[in-house]
Amino acid sequence: MLSARLTLAAAALCAGITAAAAKDIPPGDVKIVDGKLAEAVSDTAASAADGRKFFADRKLGNCLACHANSDLSEQQFHGEVGPSMDGVGARWTPEELRAIVVNSKAVFGAQTVMPGFYSLEVGKDVAEKFQGKTILSAEQVESIVAYLATLK
Amino acid sequence: MSRKLILAAATAAVVSVGGALVASADPVDEELVIDGEIPMVIRTKAPEGHPFDEVLSGWLFRTPETRSLEEDTFTNPGMLYVERGEEIWNTVEGEAGKSCASCHGDAAETMAGVAAAYPKWDADAERPINVELQIDKCRENNMKAEPYKFDAPEQRALTTFLKHQSLGKPVQVDLSQGDMQSWWDQGKEVYYTRTGQLNLSCASCHEENNGKYIRADHLSQGNVNGFPTYRLKQGNMVLLHSRFRGCIRDTRAEFPAPFSDELMALEVYTTWRGTGLSVETPAVRQ
Repeated sequence: MLSARLTLAAAALCAGITAAAAKDIPPGDVKIVDGKLAEAVSDTAASAADGRKFFADRKLGNCLACHANSDLSEQQFHGEVGPSMDGVGARWTPEELRAIVVNSKAVFGAQTVMPGFYSLEVGKDVAEKFQGKTILSAEQVESIVAYLATLK
Repeated sequence: MSRKLILAAATAAVVSVGGALVASADPVDEELVIDGEIPMVIRTKAPEGHPFDEVLSGWLFRTPETRSLEEDTFTNPGMLYVERGEEIWNTVEGEAGKSCASCHGDAAETMAGVAAAYPKWDADAERPINVELQIDKCRENNMKAEPYKFDAPEQRALTTFLKHQSLGKPVQVDLSQGDMQSWWDQGKEVYYTRTGQLNLSCASCHEENNGKYIRADHLSQGNVNGFPTYRLKQGNMVLLHSRFRGCIRDTRAEFPAPFSDELMALEVYTTWRGTGLSVETPAVRQ
C-alpha cells in the first residue's frame, strides 16, 4: 500500500517532465486568439477529479487563494481577490477557461493580478528553481480546465 | 435524519464562505488605544500624491483576538523584546567601553519621537539609513563594536526598543534632505515592479486588493508603521527587511539583500505611504 502510494507520487512528480518531452504544446508556442485557446496544451487525458485537487493544492494551482468555490466548501480559507468560481463553467467556454488559466494577461490585459499558469511571461528576478518553468504542467492545466467546466 | 444533517452542514459551509466574502472583507471601524492611555492614529488623510485618500494601519485588518493583543502592553508578546532592548541599551560593549546609555542616557527622554523620522538621509553614507543601520553606525564609530549580523536577536530587540520610544508619534520621513526624493522615486519603481514566477508587485496585493482575503490572509495596505512587528505566524519579532524578503520570496523571485539600495529605497517609499500613522512598535500581526 505504502509502496503503491510512493510509486503513484513519483509518477505524479514525473508526469510534468515526461509529458513535456512528449506531446505538450510548449508555453512559448501557445496562441491565444480573441480570448480563446481552442487546442488543448496537453494530449494526456484530462481528469476533472484531479483538476479539483490541483485547484486547491497550495503547491500547485493554489487557486483557492484568490477564488472562492462552493464546490470545495470542505476546504478552509477561500480567497476573494478574484471572482467566485461558482458557475464559472456556465460563464465561460472551455476554450476561454483554458486561455484564462494559461495566461490570463492575454485575455484580460497586462494589469490583471492573476498569474499565467502556463506562461513564461513572468516577473523579474525569478528564483533559480523556477526559472524557465511554468507554475503548472500542461496536463495539470487541462485537468483544471476540465474541472472548471463542471462548475455550472 | 443523517441526510438532513449533511445538508445542514453543507449549507452552513456555503454560508460561511459567503459570509467571509462580504461581512469581514473590509477593515474594521475601531479605535486603538494602548493600555487605555495612548491613542494611536490608525486612519489618516493620505499625503499628497498618494493613490489612496486615507491610509489605514494594518491593525484594522486583523482579527479581534490579534487586535486585542496589541491593545494591552501586558499581553503584547513584542514587549518582551522591548525589555530585552532596554537591557542591551544599558550594556557596555566594544573597545570604547560604552553602552548606548553612556552617551544617550535615558532613552525614554533622549529617543522619544526620534525613530518616527526614519529612514533618514545619512550624509556620511550618502544614502538613507534606517534604525537598524543607525544602531550599527553608532556601534562601529562610537562604541568600537561590531555591527550586528542581519536579523540577530539583539538587532531585533534594540530596533524594537528604539522604535517603541516613538509609540504613538506620527510617521514622518523628511524627503527634503539629501537625495531622499530620488530614493523615494526608486522605491516607488520597486513597489510597482512585478517579480517572480507569480508575476506580482507590492501593488498587486496591497494597493489593488487590500481589504480582501488571499486565502487565510486579510490583505492590508502594507503600511510599515508597526515594524519591527510581532508576527504570530512566526512567533517572533520580524524586521521590515525580513518581511520584504518574505513577500518577494512568495512571488517566487530571488530577493535583494537586506539593506541593499533596492530594499532601502522600498523602505523610504513604503514608510512615506504610511505618513501620519502612529508608530505602533511592537505591532502584533497575524
